[in-house]
Amino acid sequence: MNKKVEVHHVTRIEGHGNIVVNTKDGKIEQVEWQVPEAPRFFEAMVKGRSWQDIQSIVTRICGICSISHSLACIKGIEAAMGITVSEQTEKLRLLAHYSEQFQSHVLHVGYLVAPDLLGAKSVVPLAESHYDVVKLVIKLHRIANAWSDLLAGRTTHPVTFKPGGFSRIPSETELRELRETLAGIVPDLKALAGVVLSLADKLPQFERDTEYIALVQPGTYSFYQGDIGSTDLPSTTPVDRFESVVNEYLPEVSTAKWARWHRDSYAVGALARFNLNSAYLSPLAQEIVQSFGLKAKCTNPYFNSIAQLVECAQLVETSLALLEELLRTGLKQEKLEARPQAGEGVGCVEAPRGILFHRYAFDQQGNCLSANLVIPTNQNHGNIQKDFEALVPQILDRSEEEIRLLLEMLVRAYDPCVSCSTH
Amino acid sequence: MSKPKLAIFDFACCEGCQLQIVNMEEEILNLISIVNPVQWREAMSEESDEYDIVLIEGSITRPEDEERLRRIREKAKVLVALGACAAGGGVNRLKNTLNLQEAKETVYGTAANMPHLNTSSTKAVDEVVAVDYKVYGCPIDRREFAYIVRCLALGKTPEIPGYPVCVECKLKENVCRYEYREICLGPLTRAGCGARCPSLNTWCFGCRGSIEEPNIDSAKEVVSKYGKTLKDLENRIALFGSK
Repeated sequence: MNKKVEVHHVTRIEGHGNIVVNTKDGKIEQVEWQVPEAPRFFEAMVKGRSWQDIQSIVTRICGICSISHSLACIKGIEAAMGITVSEQTEKLRLLAHYSEQFQSHVLHVGYLVAPDLLGAKSVVPLAESHYDVVKLVIKLHRIANAWSDLLAGRTTHPVTFKPGGFSRIPSETELRELRETLAGIVPDLKALAGVVLSLADKLPQFERDTEYIALVQPGTYSFYQGDIGSTDLPSTTPVDRFESVVNEYLPEVSTAKWARWHRDSYAVGALARFNLNSAYLSPLAQEIVQSFGLKAKCTNPYFNSIAQLVECAQLVETSLALLEELLRTGLKQEKLEARPQAGEGVGCVEAPRGILFHRYAFDQQGNCLSANLVIPTNQNHGNIQKDFEALVPQILDRSEEEIRLLLEMLVRAYDPCVSCSTH
Repeated sequence: MSKPKLAIFDFACCEGCQLQIVNMEEEILNLISIVNPVQWREAMSEESDEYDIVLIEGSITRPEDEERLRRIREKAKVLVALGACAAGGGVNRLKNTLNLQEAKETVYGTAANMPHLNTSSTKAVDEVVAVDYKVYGCPIDRREFAYIVRCLALGKTPEIPGYPVCVECKLKENVCRYEYREICLGPLTRAGCGARCPSLNTWCFGCRGSIEEPNIDSAKEVVSKYGKTLKDLENRIALFGSK
């Protein structure tokens, strides 16, 4: 029997991706993850632009992880120009960074994945059938966005981040209010974890061992600092040698570059971070891990969404501790004194979807000479393809609709940022 | 009266303007009580070819995307350009200042000549099809968006400020960014954001696009008064094309 699955522009993901499966007489003829996104040429667009404008350009690579792009950019500029920042700046940046991870994860688990687990096509019908769950997701999402607004000046495409510091910092009163709000949502997080746990049997059982890559820093579940860690390697690699890790190449089916290191592909994102850093999870995060029976190394890609849920607890608990520290020392108004200088530098952070690299070179006036930007979903495309190749033979006896749904759910599990990956 | 059917389609962009619709949070529940979303790929798997109001996000950079946009326009009663990329080309317009072949080589190196990487220059939506309304900003302002959708559902014409950001900035009693020796595009840029960036102690970089009749001479005067060059001004205007 012949089977054909063609999904033109997968829904409920960021950007444009296609799924193509063709079988003839029970044999697989074609299994493809395609990326037809329009390239935007950001690495060319920043050339010749001032160091003061680069961030305003590159944050537009991604509407969902613009804070991560801004921070990777600023860290790259600072590394290139030898600009140092205060401990206070680092803590406030980290707090902003956590807000975006939390927002993005709630968006993904609550709006994009939940409909699959509840048998709906989108969150719209769920607003009637599962009103309480939708209200809970909206509440957490609203709080996450207000948290970003407070630190970054805007939810999407931050305004206040500058090389050397902030153009505006929040007041201590605002931070105190944020602390109260975050402490108040701990029961909501438990409730959300409970809802997802009750639906966990809807997650497909599929295992494929692969290489997982994430930032690692001893003693920390790191989103912001450290070296590049891999589940295939006992040693770590400094972030300024990221090109030796990503090994980008361009397949004919994609306008985004793909990546590979020790194997044909590797994975980045919440599951990769969990697999490398689970020893450093906070108490509530660990509680959620145990309730799902999750163990590192987990090789079921569908569980990336569960790792995101675990990270939601991690982010809120770590932020509460960070707020305590900031309020204990008190906030100081600091002057922005960064000056341009010739040099080259790398900025690296974990974006919600995985490790993100920006490299820049500048001349003495601070004009950009070159840029190289490697986005998490660049690094996941190859792994999605390899998952497809392993999964399709296992589900060939299912109907075309079931195959389609399982593959769509697999793509969604990676929470891909496709337009971001093509940039 | 039946609710107007709403569809959202995206082209070359970061999809951050669609995210602002999600970011309306509880207000979204009110919005779907006055319009019926029938197609929105980023958030929904439901699909429909029948729609009244269409929101187009993103700039148009390939011939095949122009064709797709024309097909959408044929079916739409009202077409809205959503956000800076759709309304003016946005940051993607920077590409038009480059040699396309060189840009491809910069990004893709030895793979640059693979045919699927071909693009044309960046166009705003109204350079391809007729646009009924524009929602400005990078990203869009969610309150302004909600206002515009309410107007459309009621068949009214939304009013968007035609005056520059400086007006809103003065009302907020901000110190002018030029006093800090910064190049601020407030004098040339369409208001409606509440002078968000200058109010956060930084310059306006023009994400809502240029007002209809900007006073270029006066802007030049300001720039030279503060010891900056016209080139400095042009370099910042280039970021969002200020079409």
